Amino acid sequence: MLRFIARRLLQLIPILFGLSILLFVWLRQLPGGPGRALLGERATAEQIEAINEQLGLNDSIFVQYWRFLSRVLQFNFGTSIQTGRPVTTEFFQRFPGTVELTLFAIAFAIILGIPLGYLAARRHGSFLDSASVVASLLGVTIPVFFLAYLLRFGFAVELGWLPGSGRQDVRLDATHPTGFFVLDGVLTREYDAALDAFLHLVLPGIALGTIPLAIIVRITRASVLDVINEDYVRTAESKGLATSTIRRRHILRNAMLPVATTIGLQTGLLLSGAVLTETVFAFGGVGSFIADAIGQRDYAVLQGFILILAVVYVLVNLLVDISYGLIDPRVRVR
Amino acid sequence: MLATGLVAVLAASACAESDREEPTGDGDTPSGGTLIFGAAGDPKVLDPAFASDGETFRVLRQIYEGLLTTEPGSANLVPGLASDLPEVSEDGLTYTFPLREDVVFHDGTDFNAEAVCFNFDRWLNFSGTAQNPGVTPYWQDVFGGFADTPDTPNIYNSCEATDEFTAEITMNVVTSRFPAALSLPSFSISSPAALEEFEADNVTGSGDAPTYPEYAMEHPTGTGPFKLDNWDLANGAITIVRNDDYWGETAILDEIIFRTIPDGNTRKQELEAGEIDGYDLVAPGDYTDLEDNGFDVLPRDAFNILYLGMNQGAWEGAAAAGINPALADIRVRQAIAHAVDKESIVSSQLPDGAEAAIEFMPPTVDGWTEDVTVYDYDPERARQLLEDADAVGTTLKFYYPTDVSRPYMPDPGAIFEVISQNLQDAGFAIEPVALTWNPDYLEATANGLADIHLLGWTGDYNDAYNFIGTFFDAKAGGIGKLDFGGYNNEELFTAFAEADSEPDPAVRTGLYEALNAQIMDFLPAVPVSHSPPALVVADNVEGLVPSPLTSEDFSTVSLTS
Amino acid sequence: MTGIDLGKKERIDRLAELTATGPDQGGVSLTRDALRRLRRNPVALLGAFLVFIFVFVAAFAPLLAPKDPRTLYLLREVRPNFIPGSREGFPLGVDNLGRDELSRLILGSQQSLLIGVVSTIMGLVVGMGFGILAGGLGGKIDTVVMRLVDIMLSIPGLLMAITVALLLGFNQFSIMVAIAVTQVPIFARLLRGSMLAQRNSDYAVASRCLGVPQRKIIFGHVLPNSVSPVIVQATLSLATAIIEAAALSFLGLGNADRAIPEWGSMLAEAQDFLTVAPRLAFYPCICIVIAALGFTLLGEALREALDPKFRR
Repeated sequence: MLRFIARRLLQLIPILFGLSILLFVWLRQLPGGPGRALLGERATAEQIEAINEQLGLNDSIFVQYWRFLSRVLQFNFGTSIQTGRPVTTEFFQRFPGTVELTLFAIAFAIILGIPLGYLAARRHGSFLDSASVVASLLGVTIPVFFLAYLLRFGFAVELGWLPGSGRQDVRLDATHPTGFFVLDGVLTREYDAALDAFLHLVLPGIALGTIPLAIIVRITRASVLDVINEDYVRTAESKGLATSTIRRRHILRNAMLPVATTIGLQTGLLLSGAVLTETVFAFGGVGSFIADAIGQRDYAVLQGFILILAVVYVLVNLLVDISYGLIDPRVRVR
Repeated sequence: MLATGLVAVLAASACAESDREEPTGDGDTPSGGTLIFGAAGDPKVLDPAFASDGETFRVLRQIYEGLLTTEPGSANLVPGLASDLPEVSEDGLTYTFPLREDVVFHDGTDFNAEAVCFNFDRWLNFSGTAQNPGVTPYWQDVFGGFADTPDTPNIYNSCEATDEFTAEITMNVVTSRFPAALSLPSFSISSPAALEEFEADNVTGSGDAPTYPEYAMEHPTGTGPFKLDNWDLANGAITIVRNDDYWGETAILDEIIFRTIPDGNTRKQELEAGEIDGYDLVAPGDYTDLEDNGFDVLPRDAFNILYLGMNQGAWEGAAAAGINPALADIRVRQAIAHAVDKESIVSSQLPDGAEAAIEFMPPTVDGWTEDVTVYDYDPERARQLLEDADAVGTTLKFYYPTDVSRPYMPDPGAIFEVISQNLQDAGFAIEPVALTWNPDYLEATANGLADIHLLGWTGDYNDAYNFIGTFFDAKAGGIGKLDFGGYNNEELFTAFAEADSEPDPAVRTGLYEALNAQIMDFLPAVPVSHSPPALVVADNVEGLVPSPLTSEDFSTVSLTS
Repeated sequence: MTGIDLGKKERIDRLAELTATGPDQGGVSLTRDALRRLRRNPVALLGAFLVFIFVFVAAFAPLLAPKDPRTLYLLREVRPNFIPGSREGFPLGVDNLGRDELSRLILGSQQSLLIGVVSTIMGLVVGMGFGILAGGLGGKIDTVVMRLVDIMLSIPGLLMAITVALLLGFNQFSIMVAIAVTQVPIFARLLRGSMLAQRNSDYAVASRCLGVPQRKIIFGHVLPNSVSPVIVQATLSLATAIIEAAALSFLGLGNADRAIPEWGSMLAEAQDFLTVAPRLAFYPCICIVIAALGFTLLGEALREALDPKFRR
């Protein structure tokens, strides 16, 4: 097991190296540059030239890459052009928000998706089957910026039940020792702040959760169908075992393996930042910041964020693989 | 890494303690409540010398003041920290500012003539990264270079504290920009003590970006009616609180929180849900709906211009870049001017109060005149002109920006589509090119790549040169902007130089009127419209006076229950 | 992040494994059997019905559209707070520029379908190229190609699409490429997984023992038997592409030529008029939902039909 983990971690090195080169070259192909982005419509040509010179953007790309690489090896990703603060600071300020949002979205998808998928499989081919599949897809087929508007219109404007944007009511003046706002509220016993932060997760969480929801319903349905047709289930049936026992012991448990994997992988994916969802909900996570960074040609932020996110992605995948091996004895970890 | 995160959380939990301030029932100060205002973007930096964008200005205008300011609700210059408008010497080079004597900075130090000169000297002596045009754009735009950059001359000469409350500022040349430019937030006066304590000039960062010092991020210290309380980047909020020691009328509100909500629909919905008390950049289509629902829409006077730039392709390499030479022919430019249906654009796409433009500055600016050639919507005439020029079927690369809403151009795509159809009706062929606003679009148009393009401008202060000089005066290399094809119109450039350096305001106004007529005959672009941008507030918000320069003062704002 | 198919390795691999099981052992042809089961599946029927409507409208759009979609018919009546609704000659009203909404919706189906089909084909071709390289040759090449695919997967899909659109300019073609790029790693992984499964299947091993050349085994046996999961994924990615096009438009990266109607850009542009004319958003949104649902349901049903486990 340890060797397996070590090998997977070693594989991370070429991935990161390749990714860094790819990003570096790729981003610098984008038209325009930070010089113009910094100055906007009031810039003159000389000003832009001066800024590019000052930022070292006129050096050859090899020189620039070498500079970048030597800094990254010291865990220094440079500073953001937009805010003038270190990229790592920006990242760890925003990442907790994305983590909270992801966890909520995944929880929403699981709570709704597994029963829906199971139901669809049990009633395979019925109207209920089609209805469950269609229902699980509706959310994800509405482009998220409009879905956000509809959700907010219903739950924030008309009903007034839920906050429609941001991470926490700014009036609360809450304390944030960790940056995970819900956790912060609990730790500091500011329970109103914790509740408020949680409520702020609901609408963006649902909007984002439609993606894993659609997938979890499909996988649950498919793998329950799979298991139902397995020999051991038929054996159990012919043995005359109680239906509830079969369902619990044989069907659900075995069908959950691929579902668990899907959940893990979806988590890894959502963690890389929901660019649109975070932007339309003014939710201060990594996704909305990345979107701004593209607009501003904030190379340092783009490179730093994507590299760190790639590490997170690979680590989450690794955890999924390890846990898969633990859950399912058939999968030998090589 | 997850493990480290866990350790950090555990460590934090061990010492997690609420540091909330309990509301203090202090009997002396009236409770004015909290106003939450929805902004479209985060402020960038809190040192005014380094600021240049609207969102940053909005916050800084509450914290800082300059020597001059503008009258609430207009673009007229009035004294700010100066007790009166400056006395100007006969040669127009020396400005004597009498100063207010009852002003203290937020850190308790006194405001006086030495503080004023300290700030001017600071600006002049910026070095290193602070000389970056992205860091100090307005200083460089208005005053030129720095003390140690002899190659880039600056028009500011010196500042002298002739007595405790009199500052004498001497310029190197006469320009219509000064002293009007002093009303810009960028030239606000900071506390010299705080500047030194928090190393305000220590702008570092090589390689990728400037890193601002503590002063600019955490300790802005001015004289304004509000002071900074907290800048919470993770939650996209900046909180300012009332300055009880303000020299003038103290503010009514206890605090203002500016919340960043980038999406326009989200801002509107949050206002409707009662989560915010007001926001800026209201979509024209929402005015009526908001008013019907009891909100107060506050339109500002239109202090802007939207124009359709035309590239005459006079710059070297224009042909190689594929610029259509047809636009060098005045008849083709006139055809375009007659083809554009300005009235339809104004009535269908722009808010109430918008008007079609006949020249490149709004009527409120000194120098505007009716006496210019007016190009009415006349497709027949356009077609005829095109035939005369033997240019029917000319293909124009028409550039327009996406993903942006400017005060003068709420929906660029729609305006583009109308003009595009107009031009096709008149006999042009259109090749559409869309780019994201910043930096791509601005870069492409500034490099002269568009045959025709949409762009505009909101004035910084009441000065004709700030409009037409910015667009049409000679730039680097002694030619006009590449946006318009880098024409070389000596006559025009001489007229600009003459008007800008005229010290007598009345004579200057006359010169600018003549210039406007000259420009409309030369027709380097088609003026399209002036559009009034609006703010909206909940109906319990009183006292917010919309400013044409978008420089609203929140100190007069109160909340009724 | 907009897609349904934010390519999940495991799910992809699993799909590959599910649908790539051995050659037909019964008497009925695999295809015919699949079709038979497809007809009995209500999900499939619904999906096929929706897709049929969509394709039909797209194919005959110029004939079906009552008016020219570009002409600014009622521009002079449009006000910022008033956009003329349904009236004679304009059954669904006009948009913010006074153009006929119905005609734009009908012709919009063409562009949406085009974006979906072309971007899927591009993603498919390149992705399959990678997949064949990796799954067919194996060894070092497999490792290198799959690391590359992993790198692509670890970059958020929309982010990649945005940078591609910025690079290539805002036109129909660049939107297609942008969306295709996000599909490449998904197809590559899928095909490779399914080819690996096939390569170790009994018949492939048997051929190898009989001395059939490697290349012939791959192109003659392994590949044809591995494409079914890819075909299924392709139907799903048609839906993703249409939704993703809307996201790109919303971010201001849509087609520069505003006269050409496309559902995604219509929905994105309508965001500015939600209070004045919410219908301008609902119409294209409903169209997108129907088309995306149709493709997804059909793909899902196809997958089930091709899975021999479901043969009774």
